[in-house]
Amino acid sequence: MASFVRYTLDGKTCLAEEGTQLVAAARDSGVYIPTLCNHPGIPPKGSCRICTVLVNGIPQTACTTKVVEDMNVTTGTPELEAFRKAVVEILFAEGNHLCPSCERSGNCELQALAYRYRVTVPHFPYLFPKRDVEAWHPKLVKDHNRCIQCKRCIRGIHNAEGKALFAFGKRGDKVVINIDPDTSRDIGDELAQQAMDICPVGAILRKGKGFDVPIGRRRYDREPIGSEVKP
Amino acid sequence: MSSSIAQTVKTVVSRYGGDATRLMDVLIDVQDELGCLSHVTTARIAHTLGVPQVDVEQTVSFYHFFAREPRGKFAVYLNDSVVAEFCGRGEVARAFEEAAGCRFGEVTADGVVGLFHTACIGMSDQEPAALVNGQVFPALTPDKARELVAGMRAGKTVEELKGGRTGDGQNAHPLVRALVHNHIRRRGVMVFDHYQPGEALRKVVAMSSGEVIGVVKAASVRGRGGAGFPTGMKWDFARRAAGDVKYVFCNADEGEPGTFKDRVILTERPQMVIEGMAIAAYAVGAQRGILYVRNEYRYLRSYLEHVLEDMRAQGLLGAAICGQSGFDFDVSLQFGAGAYVCGEESALIESAEGKRGEPRDRPPFPVEKGYLQKPTVVNNVETLCSAVQVMLKGAEWYNRLGTEKSKGTKVLCVSGDCDRPGIYEVEWGFSVNDILQEAGARDVQAVQVGGPSGSCIGPGEFGRVLAYEDLATGGSFIIIGQPRDLLKDVVLNFARFFREESCGSCVPCRALTGMAQVVLERVIAGRGTAEDVERLQSWQKIMRNNRCGLGQTALNPVVSTIRNFRPLYDARLAPGDPRFVPGFDLSAAVKDYEAAVSKG
Amino acid sequence: MTAKAPRARKIVATTSLAGCFGCHMSLLDIDERILDLIELVEFNKSPIDDIKTFTKECDIGLIEGGCCNDENVHVLTEFRRHCKTLVAFGECALMGGLPALRNFLPLKECLEEAYLNGPTVAGENPGRIIPHDPDIPKILNRVYPCHEVVKIDYFLPGCPPSADLIWDALVALVTGKELEPQYRTFKFD
Repeated sequence: MASFVRYTLDGKTCLAEEGTQLVAAARDSGVYIPTLCNHPGIPPKGSCRICTVLVNGIPQTACTTKVVEDMNVTTGTPELEAFRKAVVEILFAEGNHLCPSCERSGNCELQALAYRYRVTVPHFPYLFPKRDVEAWHPKLVKDHNRCIQCKRCIRGIHNAEGKALFAFGKRGDKVVINIDPDTSRDIGDELAQQAMDICPVGAILRKGKGFDVPIGRRRYDREPIGSEVKP
Repeated sequence: MSSSIAQTVKTVVSRYGGDATRLMDVLIDVQDELGCLSHVTTARIAHTLGVPQVDVEQTVSFYHFFAREPRGKFAVYLNDSVVAEFCGRGEVARAFEEAAGCRFGEVTADGVVGLFHTACIGMSDQEPAALVNGQVFPALTPDKARELVAGMRAGKTVEELKGGRTGDGQNAHPLVRALVHNHIRRRGVMVFDHYQPGEALRKVVAMSSGEVIGVVKAASVRGRGGAGFPTGMKWDFARRAAGDVKYVFCNADEGEPGTFKDRVILTERPQMVIEGMAIAAYAVGAQRGILYVRNEYRYLRSYLEHVLEDMRAQGLLGAAICGQSGFDFDVSLQFGAGAYVCGEESALIESAEGKRGEPRDRPPFPVEKGYLQKPTVVNNVETLCSAVQVMLKGAEWYNRLGTEKSKGTKVLCVSGDCDRPGIYEVEWGFSVNDILQEAGARDVQAVQVGGPSGSCIGPGEFGRVLAYEDLATGGSFIIIGQPRDLLKDVVLNFARFFREESCGSCVPCRALTGMAQVVLERVIAGRGTAEDVERLQSWQKIMRNNRCGLGQTALNPVVSTIRNFRPLYDARLAPGDPRFVPGFDLSAAVKDYEAAVSKG
Repeated sequence: MTAKAPRARKIVATTSLAGCFGCHMSLLDIDERILDLIELVEFNKSPIDDIKTFTKECDIGLIEGGCCNDENVHVLTEFRRHCKTLVAFGECALMGGLPALRNFLPLKECLEEAYLNGPTVAGENPGRIIPHDPDIPKILNRVYPCHEVVKIDYFLPGCPPSADLIWDALVALVTGKELEPQYRTFKFD
């Protein structure tokens, strides 16, 4: 039998099952906390930091925080919103995000967040890093220009033996996500599709897929990201 | 695949029981034997351990000292820290390049010499210093560099290159034989006073674990790594944490530029550190200890192994320590492979588990779920020494030392522009001026207290005192003389350091460390604007939301100098019409084109 | 008509730097509102009326495209000198856009591919000449977004920005009201 706890969310008293991830609990209470590296069903990592909220006054990532009794959560101060917008801008300036030529445009979570925060030009210097496009894999293309190093593919995609297909390489501003030639060798279309779907941006693509939904009917064409959470 | 690779990998992996969590040890040993960790080798290691190759690669590629290609019969890692640069590192580097006939980042065509940059190697009191195949060559000059390369070419061994000389104290121990000097300028009562191994431990086993923690709490011992967390509280959490197995880690991964106290303590007082670990183990109920030492100090390996063996023989480690049945605790050594961020306790644990040194999310804290998900105490080298003395001399004695809120002593690592760089063990509460005077520093422009992640202060603040309540420090104390170009020689160097040492996990730290360098370089080049300076300052707020201390403090060198030395920035700002961006340099932007179309 | 024409018309200049003129096409795509536009503004230097050089100081400059050569830089600088308010519109002006795909390659490699080694060059360039002449612009080492060269006051994203966004922005600028872009019009593609 699940036990429920009472906690405060933006000044309102809410109930949640004890131990629920704060992002999910807030969503159930009608409060949208933006996320990027978080994905339902895979262990949270807290690396994009965009879901940072104040837990009892202290900044903490909502994806790695579990709801406990009497927790006091503030999700939307002007400072937090400015921080989130900054994270989106930083990601745009850090990588090479050429939306007009991207297969994921319109269905991209990073782009959708930029729309939500009305990002035009980042207040950060464009780095235009030199990054590779890997196309050796029979089923997948990895475009490192677009990768935001959220690790969703690392955490979420495993082969039939439960072994990882993806892993980080290097460190700092040189980190890359590598595909294991061995564990990814015999993957089918279904797993390739899962890998493409788990990527929030257009960094993992299934070969031969893309641009299959016309402009105007894509996920974020009409409604902003987060609109599915109704207050 | 060459059979020697397969054989080496097989031998090394079985040495560590085929345990994938011992990957760091496996990689270090395999590299020792094969010279590098090529893709063929990592594939073999992955296969032998039964893990995906990308998992091995992610660890290998994280650490600075793991090589994918051969780094020469003699791999020279020349420190490029601020203090090394102060001491003439640039000329030494040029001498190495000219003598070897290759650039840094390369290996000579004959495969004899490889030249590489590396971050602070813990020798700031005897710079410029280099590691050559793991052995330290301190106080280099261009002549010495040329002589070393000539020796390498003449077929000398590293031992022969050292020329039969050694440094002082235990640096001359037959198992160390290092050219390193201790430079202990001021002996305090905590670490460098008289010490008899086992005395404290024998006292401890007569007490209950609760009593031991009570004493440490009453003494208000706080962590000496910089953050100052109360040690007794940490031990208490770990003691109360549920777990059949518990661990005690000693964090000897000092990587903060300008810090070298752990090196001297591990050289002169290794028994004390290990005894401190045993006391912690007794207090929390731990069975295993890991002494995590940075790779730069691998020259101490045989010596430390010997000390551990000796302590086992004396009944200070192993089963039934000090005759106390049920008190079983042993310590093993774990070496890092070159990553500053591993000094963060959860990253250190990740690294010890054979992974990338990426800090963990908290909660859970290591005291609840640490190494292999078991309750783990991680203490700094110096903290453990303090614990030993507290158990020997009591909380009251300890409380008489220091200030109201900072009890005991602090081992400072003084370096930079002064006559007497080295180790100063002082009571908390010493002022910056006191230290400057003792170290023989004149004409001081600034002091970087606590290393780059600390703060840079000017003469107006030299009256401030070293204490958790005023200037907290992990020990680094870098003196910057008047003639130095603070922005170019110091701040930019630190900015580069953080860019290279970010683990890359959190977005703000991964990206802003590099972006800060870009903007800073623009300002230094005289093409920055006031807006650029404001922007750099405003990024600090963003950085505060990074996961770990490294990320949260990575812009401190920039921000603290903007705060304390603003005129130095303003003097470099570009004049002119604000409608045009001074950062854009048309003549530089067309240079590539002009070169591409020029004849010849 | 959605906005009342003010007595004195604002003077507008437009240009396309390293762009494809798609943003200008989108500007013309405002359909019948183009008649309102003519009442709202007077065009000066612009491909729309083919005025080649500034004949007066302008209120608003609209910039399409980023800077890929020194002539782009020159034009952009002129716009900054002659326009009170400068608006960059379209992805190329904002971040370099598709021309910036070359930013990850050394210029030398791009030029050699285009003029010496590319598959379409065979036999056509016996002198192995990369075009250069005092009369042709010098190519920059990379493509620069406009705000990296001059101060830009406003940015309109899109590839191209939708006609509605451009219209809303112009009306806002002319009437001095703040622009709150509608979600539907605010796109990067």
